[in-house]
Amino acid sequence: MLDNLDELFKGFGYTLFLFLVSAVASLVLGTVLVAMRVGPIGVLRAVGAIYVSVVRNTPLVLIFIFFHFAAPILGINFRWVQVHVGGFDFTSAFATAFVALSLYTACFVCEALRSGVNAVPMGQAEAARAIGLPFGGVMTQVVLPQAVRASVPPLASALIAMLKNTSVAGVFFLAEALATMRGLTNDYSSERIGIFACFAVGYILLVEIVSMISLGFERRWRIA
Amino acid sequence: MTVTDDVPVDNTARRSGDPLVELVDVQKWYGGLHVLQDINLTVGRGEVVVVIGPSGSGKSTLCRTINRLEPIDSGQILVDGAALPQEGKALARHRADVGMVFQSFNLFAHKTILENVTLGPIKVRKQSKAQAEDRARDLLDRVGVAHQADKYPAQLSGGQQQRVAIARALAMEPKVMLFDEPTSALDPEMIKEVLDVMVDLAERGMTMIVVTHEMGFARTAANRVVFMADGRILETADPHTFFTNPQSDRAKDFLGKILKH
Repeated sequence: MLDNLDELFKGFGYTLFLFLVSAVASLVLGTVLVAMRVGPIGVLRAVGAIYVSVVRNTPLVLIFIFFHFAAPILGINFRWVQVHVGGFDFTSAFATAFVALSLYTACFVCEALRSGVNAVPMGQAEAARAIGLPFGGVMTQVVLPQAVRASVPPLASALIAMLKNTSVAGVFFLAEALATMRGLTNDYSSERIGIFACFAVGYILLVEIVSMISLGFERRWRIA
Repeated sequence: MTVTDDVPVDNTARRSGDPLVELVDVQKWYGGLHVLQDINLTVGRGEVVVVIGPSGSGKSTLCRTINRLEPIDSGQILVDGAALPQEGKALARHRADVGMVFQSFNLFAHKTILENVTLGPIKVRKQSKAQAEDRARDLLDRVGVAHQADKYPAQLSGGQQQRVAIARALAMEPKVMLFDEPTSALDPEMIKEVLDVMVDLAERGMTMIVVTHEMGFARTAANRVVFMADGRILETADPHTFFTNPQSDRAKDFLGKILKH
C-alpha cells in the first residue's frame, strides 16, 4: 500500500476537486431554489417544489445513469470538457459527475436553507418589507443571512452526504478515491484490508474537516 | 416633554388639514371572520391619531393595512393621494415612505444597531454609507441610544430596542409613521422612555397613527382618538371629548374597565 500512496492521493484529489466544485454549485443552486420556494411568485414556488420532489426522490445513481446514457441521446453531453491541471484530467466523466451531484445536492441544500428560513421570525421579513426593501433585498439582506446561521448543521450534513456520494462517480468512469481503491484491491488482493483501512481513514479525515469548518461557522455566528 | 403631565400638545397650528392617509370603505375578511368592516378614516398631514379598542377589535390589522403588510379585500387606501400599489417594486417604494414600528421591535438580529438604522437609507434610498451613518448617529442620539450603536439588538433592553426601531423608521424620512402597539411588550419603566420619544415626534409635526393601550399618550399627544370594536370604527372624537363623554355603549364599557384602576 505504501508504495502506491501517490495513487491514493490522486484518487482523493479527484474526490476533493469534485466535492469542492459541486459544493459551490449546489450551494448556489440551492439558494436560488429556496428563494423560489419561499418567494411571492406562485409559478416559481411550484417549479421549485416540483424540482425538489422529483430530484430528491430519485436515487443518485439514476441521475448519473441519466446524464451518462440518456442525456447524450437528447443532445446533452460533456465531451467538450477537456481541462488538464497538473496531473489531473477533468473530462466528460468529471463534468457529468459534477452536474449530477450538484443538481441532486441542491435539493438538500434548498431544504436545509428552508428549515433555516422557517426559523427566522416572521417579524424580521415584515420589518425589512416595512423599510421598503423589495423581495430580493428582504431575502439577501435580512432573511437568508439569518437563515444560513440557523442552517449550518443541516447544511453540513447535506455537504457531508455529498462528499461521500462522490464515490458514485467512481462507478461511472471517474478515477476518484473509490475507483482507485477498487483498482488497488484488484491488483493487491492480499492487502485488501490495509487498502480498505487507508481509504476509510481518507474519507473520515475529509468528512471531519467539513465538520470542523461547520463547527467554526456555528461558533462564529453564535452571538446573533 | 413627558407624558405624565396631562397638558395636551399644542400642534393645531401646523395641522394643514389636507388629507395624508385615507381609508375608504375598507373591508377585510379572515376566512369567515369580518375583521375590518366599512372602515372610513382620514388622517390629515401632521395629525396624530390614536386607535384604541379591546383585543381582537381589528386595530392592529387596520394599522398594518396602511403599508399593505395585510392586504384588504375591498375598498381603497390612499397615502398622499396615491392608491396603495399591488405587490412589487411600487409597493416597496410606497413602504419606504410609511414608517412602521412593531410591538415586538423586529430589529434585524444579525446587524448592529447602526446597521439596522442605515440598511434602508443605503439599500433603498441609495445614500452613501458615510451619509447614512451620519444621519443614523444623529437619530440614535435623538432617541437616546447613540452610545449603543455598535452593539447587537439582543444586547439592548426592550425600551432601547424600540427606540432604535423608531430611529430606523425615521431614517427613511417617512411621510407618516405607524405604531402597532409599540409599548405592549415593554416593562412599565421602559414604556415612558418610548412614549417620550413618540411625544417628541408628535411635537415635531410627524403624522402618526398609533395603536396603543396607553391612555396617557392618547390624552397628551393625540389630536383624535379612534375607538374600534369588532372590526368597526365606533367612535371618532378629540381625546377630551372621548375620555369624558364617550357616546357608544361599547366605548363606555371599555373605558369603564380600563380607567377604574
